[in-house]
Amino acid sequence: MWSFSHIANELHEWLSSIFNPTWTLVIEMVLAGVAVIGLFAGLGLVLVLMERRVAAWIQIRLGPNRVGPQGLLQSLADTLKLIVKEGLTPNGADKLLFNIAPFIAMIVAMLLMAPIAFAKDFQLWDMNIGVLYVSAVSSIMVISILMAGWSSNNKYSLMGAMRSGAQIVSYELSAGLSILTIVVLTGSLQISDIIHSQATGWWIFKGHLPVWIAFVTFIIAVTAETNRAPFDLAEAESELTAGFHTEYSGMKFALFFLAEYINVFIVCAIGATLFLGGWMPFHIGNLTDFNRVMDYIPSSIWFFGKTFFMIFLIMWFRWTFPRLRIDQLLNLEWKYLLPISMINLLLATAMAILGWHF
Amino acid sequence: MFIIKYIKEVYRGVKSLLVGMKRTLYYFTHHKEIITQEYPDNRDTLVMAERFKGEVVMPHNEKNEHRCTGCQACELACPNGTIKVIFKNELTPEGKKKKAIDKLVYHLELCTMCNLCVEACPSDAIKMAQTFEHSVYDRSELTKILNNPGSKIMDGVE
Amino acid sequence: MFEEVGTTTEGDIIINVGPQHPATHGVLHLVITLNGETIKKVEPHLGFIHRSIEKMCESLTYRQFIYVTSRMDYLSSHINNHACALCVEKGLQVEVPPRAQVIRVLMDELTRIASHELWWGAMAMDLGAFTPFFHAFRERESINDIMEETCGARLTMNYMVPGGVMQDLHPDFQKRVKEFLQLYKRKIHEYDELVTGNIIFQNRMKGIGYLSPEDAVSYGCSGPAARGSGVSCDIRKVYPYEIYDKLEFDEVLETAGDSFARYMIRLREMQQSIRIIEQLIDNIPDGDFQAKTKAVLKLPKGEFYQRVETARGELGVYIVSEGGTTPYRIKFRSPGFSNLSVLDHIARGSKLGDLVAMMGTLDLVIPDIDR
Repeated sequence: MWSFSHIANELHEWLSSIFNPTWTLVIEMVLAGVAVIGLFAGLGLVLVLMERRVAAWIQIRLGPNRVGPQGLLQSLADTLKLIVKEGLTPNGADKLLFNIAPFIAMIVAMLLMAPIAFAKDFQLWDMNIGVLYVSAVSSIMVISILMAGWSSNNKYSLMGAMRSGAQIVSYELSAGLSILTIVVLTGSLQISDIIHSQATGWWIFKGHLPVWIAFVTFIIAVTAETNRAPFDLAEAESELTAGFHTEYSGMKFALFFLAEYINVFIVCAIGATLFLGGWMPFHIGNLTDFNRVMDYIPSSIWFFGKTFFMIFLIMWFRWTFPRLRIDQLLNLEWKYLLPISMINLLLATAMAILGWHF
Repeated sequence: MFIIKYIKEVYRGVKSLLVGMKRTLYYFTHHKEIITQEYPDNRDTLVMAERFKGEVVMPHNEKNEHRCTGCQACELACPNGTIKVIFKNELTPEGKKKKAIDKLVYHLELCTMCNLCVEACPSDAIKMAQTFEHSVYDRSELTKILNNPGSKIMDGVE
Repeated sequence: MFEEVGTTTEGDIIINVGPQHPATHGVLHLVITLNGETIKKVEPHLGFIHRSIEKMCESLTYRQFIYVTSRMDYLSSHINNHACALCVEKGLQVEVPPRAQVIRVLMDELTRIASHELWWGAMAMDLGAFTPFFHAFRERESINDIMEETCGARLTMNYMVPGGVMQDLHPDFQKRVKEFLQLYKRKIHEYDELVTGNIIFQNRMKGIGYLSPEDAVSYGCSGPAARGSGVSCDIRKVYPYEIYDKLEFDEVLETAGDSFARYMIRLREMQQSIRIIEQLIDNIPDGDFQAKTKAVLKLPKGEFYQRVETARGELGVYIVSEGGTTPYRIKFRSPGFSNLSVLDHIARGSKLGDLVAMMGTLDLVIPDIDR
C-alpha cells in the first residue's frame, strides 16, 4: 500500500544497498532536513493564505483573489516581495543579537518538527520523551523574542519582548499541565505510544470531562504561547505598533512571521496528537464496517485534517476576540487556568487509577 | 459559596465568548453576506448616483453650443479659485462687438466638489459629472478647458 | 495615590505614541511617561494637522466658508455645516422652511449614526478585535449611499447652505432610509454578541478611565464623554435648535463614568437617532427646501454664536461680523479638544493597553482637535 512509511522504508533499503550504514544515516539526515525546510516553506505559504481567507470570510470580505487562480499564489508573491526588500538594522541596535534572533526563532520551530508523527510509522525521531521534548524546546522560543526586543534599541520592541516573556513563561505551566493529563492517562511520554493508546478511541472521547477541560486549557495556553490574538500582547499593534518585531523588515521579518505560523502548526499538531489521536482514524466501538471505511482514509490525511481543524480553531479565536490587557492575561493564567488544570490533573489521575475512562 | 461564584463567573465568561464565536462562524459559512465590490472588474455595471459630484463639466448640444454667457458667477462663487473665465470679443451678425467666453478654465486639482458654482450659475451652463477616476500621470492634465473648441453660445441664452 | 505621579524618575520610559501610530487614528502625538506598563503622564502634542481653518474661513464669504468646516470633524460633516448655516441664518434673520428643517435634522441623525458606527468599529479594533470594524462599515456604507444619492458626496457633502439645504431630497430617499432602518435593526444585536457582551471586552472597559462629573464639567467635556459621567449636556435638549424641541427622544445618560459607560452611551444614542429618524421619515412636510436669500450675503455688524450637538459633543460657531461679506473673525469650539484634555487626567495610573481604550471611548477625530 502506498504510504509515507512505505516510501521511507524503500528509500532506506535502497540507500543501504548502495552506501555503508554511516553514509546512509548522513544522507537520510540531509534528506530529512531538506524535507523539513520544504515542509516549512509550504506550510508557511498555506497557513498565511488560510489565515487571510478565514479572516476575510469572517469579516464579510473576499480575501486575496488577484494573484493566481482564486488568489492561491498570493502568499508566494508576498514572499517574493519580502525577499527582495531591504533588511534594515537600526542604528544603535546590537547587531549580532538583532540578526541572530529571527534565526533562533526558526531553528526552534524546526527542532519541534522532530517528534511529530505525520503519518502512520512516519516520524523523524520517535524519542521516548517526545512530549517533554516538545514542551522543553518550545520555551526556547521566548529567548528569540526577548533577544529581538532587547537588541532592537526600541522601546516598543522592549515592552513587547517583556510582555511576551511574562506571558510565555506563565502559559507554559498550564500547557504543560494539560499535556500531563494525557501523559497520566497513557502512562508514556513517547508520541507513538500516545497515539497507539488511542486506537480504540481518541482521548477526547475516552477521557470525557477531565480531558475536555484539559483540551480547552491546552488550546487557550498554546494560543497564548504562540502570541496569537487574543493574547498577541507581544505585538499588540494598536498599543505597541508591532511589538518585538517593530524594527525588522524584509526577510528577517518574514522569518519571524513564518516561525509564528510554524509554531501554530506544531502546537496544533501536538494537540491533535494528544487529544484527537494523531493519525489514528476515527473508530466507533464495534461498528467494524464503519471502522474499515475509516481505515481506508490515509493516516496522513487524518493527521493533517485534525491539525488544520485545530489551526482553524485558533484562527477563529483570533478574528473574534478583543485583546486582553497584560494584567488580565496573567490573572487568567494564575487565577483561573492554573488552578483549574491542577485540579483537573488530580481528577485525571484518579480516573487513570480507578479506570473510569472508557 | 466562593466556589459557586467562581464557577458561575467562568461559565458566564465562556458563554459570552461562545456567543461571539457563533456569530463569526455564521459569517464564515454564509458567503452571501459578503459585501465586497470588485471595483476595477465591475466597471461596466458600476452605476454612480446621479447627483454624484465628480467634476464640473459644461454640456454642449449637437451643434456644439453651450449655455455659458460668461457672467463669472461661478468664478466668484468658487472658494478655491478653481474656475477662471477668459473672454474674447466676438462680432455679432449685425457687426457689433459682443463679449463671449474664449475659455472656461477649470482646475480639477483645486476643486473640492462643493457644488457652489453649479448652484450659482444663472443659465445652467455647468453641471457635475459622475466621473471619479481622475488620476493622471501629469498634473497639467488636470487643468481642463470646459468649453469645446469652436463652440458658441446657444441661441436665446442671455 | 498619585502624589509621585507626574514627575519623571530614573527607570521611567518616555515613549512617543504618534504622530504615526495605529491607535491614534490620525496624527495625534502623545508623549507618555511610563513606569513599566503603568502610565504616569500623558502629554498630547498638537499641530501636526493644523490647516488654519479658522483663518481660511475668514477669507471666504458666508456661502463659501461652510464647505471648509466639513474638513474639521469629517465624520460629522453635516452637523458642522449645519452649525455654520444656523449661525449665518441667525445673523441674517432668515426663517428656514419647515421642509428644510426636517431634512437637516434627518441628515444630522444619519450622520450621527454613521459616525458612531465608525467609532464602534475603530474602538473594537483598538482593543484588538478586527472583525467588528468591517461589520460596522456594512451599516455605515448604506448611510453613505443614502448621502451620496441626495447630497452627491459620501463624506464631505456641503449640503447645508444658509437658508436651507442645497438640493431637494432624492425621490428614493425615504425608501432607502427605510431599508437602512431594517438593515440596522436586523444587525444591531450582533454588536452585543460580538463586542458588548464579550467578557474580555467588558473586563477591558469596566472601571477603566474613571471621569467624575465634576472633572467632566471643569475640563469642559461634552457629548458622550461627559454624559458617560452623568452630566446632562445634550445641546439638542438643553438649547434646542431646529425642530429638536418638538421631537421625542431621550438624552442618554450613564452614571458610571468609566470607559464602558461612554461606550454604552454611544450605542444607546444610535437607538435614539433611529427613533428620531422613524418619527420624521414619514412626516417630511412639503414646501421649499431653501429660503430665498440674497446672492451676496452680508451679516449685520455684531457677534453671533450657535452651538449644536455633533457626534462627539458640543460644537460652537462664533462669528464676529463687521458688516462685510466675509466674517471678521470665526472661532470654532470643537468638542474633541476639550475631550482630549481629560486624557491625561483619566489615564494616569492605568496600563498602556487601557490608554488606547480610553482614547477610543473619547472618540477623538484629530482634524477636529487641531483645526
